[in-house]
Amino acid sequence: MQIDLRTVSIEPVRKTFDHLARRFGDKPASRYQEGSYDIQAAENLHYRPTWDPDQELYDPNLSRIRMKDWYDLKDPRQFYYSTYTLARSRQQENMEANFAFVEARGLQDMLADELKETALSLLVPLRHAAWGANQNNTLVCGYGFGVVFTQPCMYHAMDNLGISQYLSRIGLLLGGTDALGKGKDIWINDPAWQSLRRYVEDSMVIRDPFEVFVLQNVVLDGLLYPIVYERLVDTYLASQGGQAVAMLTQFMTNWFTESKKWTTGVLKVAAAESPENAQVLADWINHWSDRAVSALLPIVNSVVDERVDELVSEELDAFRARIVKTGIPL
Amino acid sequence: MDTPVNKKKLSLKEKYSYLTRDLAWEPSYQKKEDLFPYATYEGIKVHDWEKWEDPFRLTMDAYWKYQAEKERKFYAIIDAFAQNNGHLKITDARYLSALKIFLQAISPGEYAAHKGFARAGREFPGVGPQVACQMQAIDEIRHAQTQIHAMSNYNKFYSGFHAFADQRDRIWYTSVARSFFDDAMSAGPFEFMIAIGFSFEYVLTNLLFVPFMSGAAYNGDMSTVTFGFSAQSDEARHMTLGLECIKFMLEQDPANVEIVQKWIDKWFWRGFRVLGLVSTMMDYMLPKRVMSWREAWDIYGEENGGALFNDLARYGIRPPKGWKDAGEAVDHMSHQFMLALYQWNFGTAFHSWIPSDEDMDWLSKKYPDTFDKYYRPRWEHIKKMDEAGTPFNNFGLAKLCQTCQLPTVFSEPGDPSSLCHRETEYKGETYQFCSDHCCDIFKEEPEKFIQAWLPMPALFQAPLNGDLEAWMEWACLENGSDNGDFKGSHDQVSFQKWREMTTSN
Repeated sequence: MQIDLRTVSIEPVRKTFDHLARRFGDKPASRYQEGSYDIQAAENLHYRPTWDPDQELYDPNLSRIRMKDWYDLKDPRQFYYSTYTLARSRQQENMEANFAFVEARGLQDMLADELKETALSLLVPLRHAAWGANQNNTLVCGYGFGVVFTQPCMYHAMDNLGISQYLSRIGLLLGGTDALGKGKDIWINDPAWQSLRRYVEDSMVIRDPFEVFVLQNVVLDGLLYPIVYERLVDTYLASQGGQAVAMLTQFMTNWFTESKKWTTGVLKVAAAESPENAQVLADWINHWSDRAVSALLPIVNSVVDERVDELVSEELDAFRARIVKTGIPL
Repeated sequence: MDTPVNKKKLSLKEKYSYLTRDLAWEPSYQKKEDLFPYATYEGIKVHDWEKWEDPFRLTMDAYWKYQAEKERKFYAIIDAFAQNNGHLKITDARYLSALKIFLQAISPGEYAAHKGFARAGREFPGVGPQVACQMQAIDEIRHAQTQIHAMSNYNKFYSGFHAFADQRDRIWYTSVARSFFDDAMSAGPFEFMIAIGFSFEYVLTNLLFVPFMSGAAYNGDMSTVTFGFSAQSDEARHMTLGLECIKFMLEQDPANVEIVQKWIDKWFWRGFRVLGLVSTMMDYMLPKRVMSWREAWDIYGEENGGALFNDLARYGIRPPKGWKDAGEAVDHMSHQFMLALYQWNFGTAFHSWIPSDEDMDWLSKKYPDTFDKYYRPRWEHIKKMDEAGTPFNNFGLAKLCQTCQLPTVFSEPGDPSSLCHRETEYKGETYQFCSDHCCDIFKEEPEKFIQAWLPMPALFQAPLNGDLEAWMEWACLENGSDNGDFKGSHDQVSFQKWREMTTSN
């Protein structure tokens, strides 16, 4: 039966769901709020995990960070699935256009051999580091507590996978499958890369979700992305005639700028929660950033010959300044 | 330009392999078992992760592109739905009971699946299954969110939706689904894959989604139809993952067969019990019916499931132990469970009602061997009491099954006139069950199942001490509005009023 409805205005009986009204007041909620707050089971969990009976199924005590309410750690980008995929789909269109631009003009073949080698031996091994980042973010999503903290980690994990795939495509475009094999060999055997590989492997045995968030998204990426993509690719390689390479890593540069807002926002709230939190965060950041710097130095050194220490220490200073601003006493 | 490097054209399969599993390496600074500590304790033997066949080949750029297209369409439709009072286009407000159950019991399961697949996506030591699980993890949070967003508009106008997050953890019937997902998540990564990836997604998902989405379409609910369609291509991926997982386990080592079989037995029955909720929807809650639960079972259970288990027979897998009993129970379960829901409807955040004469005629046509003989007389009796002004309510304590958490209201296999009830003792305590299969599941893992949180006994313990009103407040159940008979309910009255406003001058 077809019913023709007149357009009438019907007064809603209620404005939002109860749990959102309790948090935000009795007013219509945003889709980010509806899709994120309190959708994880909170009470009356039935069974303890057989894989570790000391844990609860959702367990805030897996971390040394303590929060009265883990839902304070919201994502300033307010990413839920829809806004996340829409944002990334625009970026990937852009990247497709960049790849097409480079390929159509054969720009990859116009790169000087030495520059091409440099680009390949810098970027291709990083696809393995990006896979490590994918593993770490998947872990934070899986074992972290509270949807607003863990959901962006799943998105981040998929971004890490996407980045490792863009890096692989750069390898394939510039050097075919051989380049991927060589990159893997560098990752596994080249002495200049072993501290970084060790960092990644060591990070993967850490099971405190918040520490993993810090050592990966805050520390390693917080140093690696500015150093590799801003300084080495966009500045150094581009100045040597490698602008095409910079086009192919545009996603990474933009992605880091965007996601920094999120990681910084989370740190700020976690540190402001208690002096104990701030101290734990400071200890983690000091420990892991020492390791990250010594892992990145030899890699930078394999690309540029001069002022390596200066470049890395400038970025470290900028990184530390950013962290101190979040209220963490380094 | 004239000396391009060796770039032989890669096949899709090779390319995907470079873009996924080639990303991993053999660790040397840490032991592999320390990176993946939960991969062996279940006893599943894997000799070669490279033998994993990728069930689908989707790189992230393609994933973002396709999914964003679907998201754009989905939100355009539900926005239009909200603007145009789409809720008034449903057949009748009775239909909403099915949606309420879905939001309270099933959508939280989507979130749990998201979390569980994130864990599996980290714990498997092979990149192939990791990446496939991660994609399912992100899909599942999509499903939780699109469902909440689609039903958000109904919540603004009707009862029973407003406290889904509280009721997920507190009200009694949602613990059927909650305990199912908690059980899967507290298992290891391999059992989780059999539980959710295989049994739920592959064997049972059609029984949940096809009838549900057709029910929505038949009853004018464009909002739900839209999330159903939008999820369909995700579900297709999830099904192929579930199937690949089970085949991979079975092919890796003959000793895996026995373990997998035990899990299939367990998870088929667990899933079948959860679907009890769907059976009541199909047979009793849709104002305009699609097909009976029996018919749905024949097509999506018997036929599809039968073909599947024939296919798996070459690995030494037989149909689940409860398969035959399930087939028999299908003629009874919706009636038995609906009668239970009706008599306890003071404690449900959805409405139920006495089926009309026309409804009962439909039911006796669809269930010629059982309805008139066993269930029509009970409904007639309830109807008489209602007409006499003494509506039938059972304020007694329902015994809940320690395993599936349904009230023990089902009949003995082969004897519909007697109640099936099992009990067993463990460490000096007695535990109750609805069936042999649930009792067997308990006996396999008593240490796990004695931990189950049973909502009914909780009502009679401190601090509630049997105080029904206090319980309702605690369960966020608005007495007189969310619960009880549909007749005279807020939903019925306002739907009629609004519909008249929009159709009359």
